[in-house]
Amino acid sequence: MRKNVSLKIFAGLVFAFLIVPLLIIIVTSFGTNSTIQFPIQGFTLEWYTKVFNNESFMDSFFLSLQVAFLATLLALIIGVPAAYSLARHTVFGRNWIKSFFLSPTIVPGLVVGYSMYQFIVIKFQFPIIQGLLLGHFLICLPYVIRVVGSTIEQLDFSIEEVSWTLGCTKIQTFIKVVLPNITSGIFASFMLAFINSFNNIPVSQFLSGPGVTMLPTSLMNYIEYNYDPSVSALSVVLMLGTVVLMFVIEKTLGLASIS
Amino acid sequence: MTQRRTPYLILAPGLILLILFLVLPLISAIFPTFFNGGFTLSNYTSFFLDEYNFGIFWRTIKVSLIATLICVVLGVPTAYYISQSPKKWRGLLMSITLFPLLTNSVVRSFAWITILGQDGILNNALMNIGLLSKPLTLLYTEFAIIIGSVYLFLPLMVITLVGILENIDSEIMEAAETLGANRLLAFVKVILPLSVPGIIVGSILVFTGSMTAYTTPQLLGGNRNIMLATFLYQSATALGNWQGASVIALIMIVATLIVMKLFNWVAGRMDKRGEANA
Repeated sequence: MRKNVSLKIFAGLVFAFLIVPLLIIIVTSFGTNSTIQFPIQGFTLEWYTKVFNNESFMDSFFLSLQVAFLATLLALIIGVPAAYSLARHTVFGRNWIKSFFLSPTIVPGLVVGYSMYQFIVIKFQFPIIQGLLLGHFLICLPYVIRVVGSTIEQLDFSIEEVSWTLGCTKIQTFIKVVLPNITSGIFASFMLAFINSFNNIPVSQFLSGPGVTMLPTSLMNYIEYNYDPSVSALSVVLMLGTVVLMFVIEKTLGLASIS
Repeated sequence: MTQRRTPYLILAPGLILLILFLVLPLISAIFPTFFNGGFTLSNYTSFFLDEYNFGIFWRTIKVSLIATLICVVLGVPTAYYISQSPKKWRGLLMSITLFPLLTNSVVRSFAWITILGQDGILNNALMNIGLLSKPLTLLYTEFAIIIGSVYLFLPLMVITLVGILENIDSEIMEAAETLGANRLLAFVKVILPLSVPGIIVGSILVFTGSMTAYTTPQLLGGNRNIMLATFLYQSATALGNWQGASVIALIMIVATLIVMKLFNWVAGRMDKRGEANA
C-alpha cells in the first residue's frame, strides 16, 4: 500500500502533541532550579526525595490506593452477580435496570460528590471517608456492569446447563463454572475501575477533610500554591505507575481489551 | 416462586445502594431549588437572566464545542492512520494514545501550565528565537482551557474512532482512488461518512466530558475564566450558596442529557438521509 506522506506527518504531529507535554514533565523533574525550567540546568534527584518525604503526599497516596481498592472490590462483589443476573435471567424492566446501573457515568462527577457530601456528610453525619468510599463505588460500578456483562453475554450458556444437569446447584455452578470463565472480564473491569477511581478528582473534591485527602486532590492543592519541580517528580512517579499498569494489562489481557 | 424472585434479590443490593447514595442525594439537593413557598422555576430563570451566570454557561458550551471540533479534526485522520498501520506498529501507536488517557488529569493539566505559563516553555522559546519581545498571556485564558480539554479528551476520540475504522475494508479506499478520486477526496467522501458513528460517540464523550470537567478549568482557566463545574464548587464552598450550587448541578445534568440526545438525533437524521440517497 502506498503511504500517504501528509497523513503520516499529520498523525506524527498529533502523537507528538499527545506525548511531548508528558516528556517535558519528566525532564523538568530533574532540574536543580527551585522553579520549573526547561531546558534544565544541572541534574538532581532531590525533588524525588522531597516527594517521598512529603507526608501529605504519602498519606494521600495510601488513602487513594485503599479507597480505589475497596471501592473496586465492593463494585465487583455487588456488580458481578448483578451483571450475571441481567445477562441470564428474565428480569422485568431489564434494560431500564441496566441503564440505571450505568447512570453514575451520566451524572457529572462533581455533582455526584457534591450531592453526596450534602446528603450523607452534612445531613446524616456520616464520616467523610465513608462518603468517599461510596462515591468511588459509584464510579466503579458501571465499569463492572459493562465489562463483566459483555463477558457473560459471550459465554456459552450450555456449559451452565451441563453443570446443572450433572448435579450442581445454581450457586455451585456460578462459583465453579461461570466465575472461572469470566476472570478476564473481572480482571479488566477491576483494572478500569481501579484506574478511574485512583485518578478521579471531581467526586473526591467535596468529599475531603482533615486527614482525608486523595492524592490527585492533594497534588492539585499543592499546584495552586507552588511551582517547583517536586510536582514534576510526583507526576513522573504517577506516570511510572501508569506504565506498570499498562504493562500488566498488555501481558495479561492485551491493551485492546480495555480500549 | 423463589425462582422468579432470585434475580431481584441479586440485583437488590446494587439498586438499593444506587438509590440511597445517588438518587436520594440528588433529589435532596435539587428538589428544594424548585420550591420557594410554592412550586417555582424562578431559581432557573434568574440564573439564565443573570448576565454573569449566563456568561459562565455560554463559556462552558463554547469551550466544549470548540474542543469537540478540534478533537474531531485531529482525531479522524489520526485514528485512520492507526487503523491502517501494520499490526506491530498499531500496538505502539495505541499505547501512545492510551498513555495520556490513563495518566492523572492533574498531571496532564500541569503539563500545560509549564508550557503555557508567563515564564513557560512556549513563551521562553518564542522569545529566545526573537519572535516575541514580551511574553503572551496564554495561561488562565479560554484558550488554555480549550487546549487542556483537547489534550484530556483527544485520546478518547481517537480510541473510539479506531474501533470503528478498523472494520473498514482498506480496499474501499483503493476502489475510490481507482475510480478517480484523489486521496483527500476519497478520504472526505469515503472514510469520513463511514466514521460518523464513531465521531458521534466520540463527540458525546468529549463534549460532555469538557462541559463537566473540573480539573482543567480550575488549573488552566484561573479565576476569570470560570466554567460550570468550577462555578458549582465556588458557589458551594467559597460563597456558601448551596441553593445556587444545586441549580448549577441540575443545569449540568440536564445539559449533559440534552447533548447526548442531540448528538444521537443528528446521527439518526444522517442515517435516514443516507438511506434516502441510496
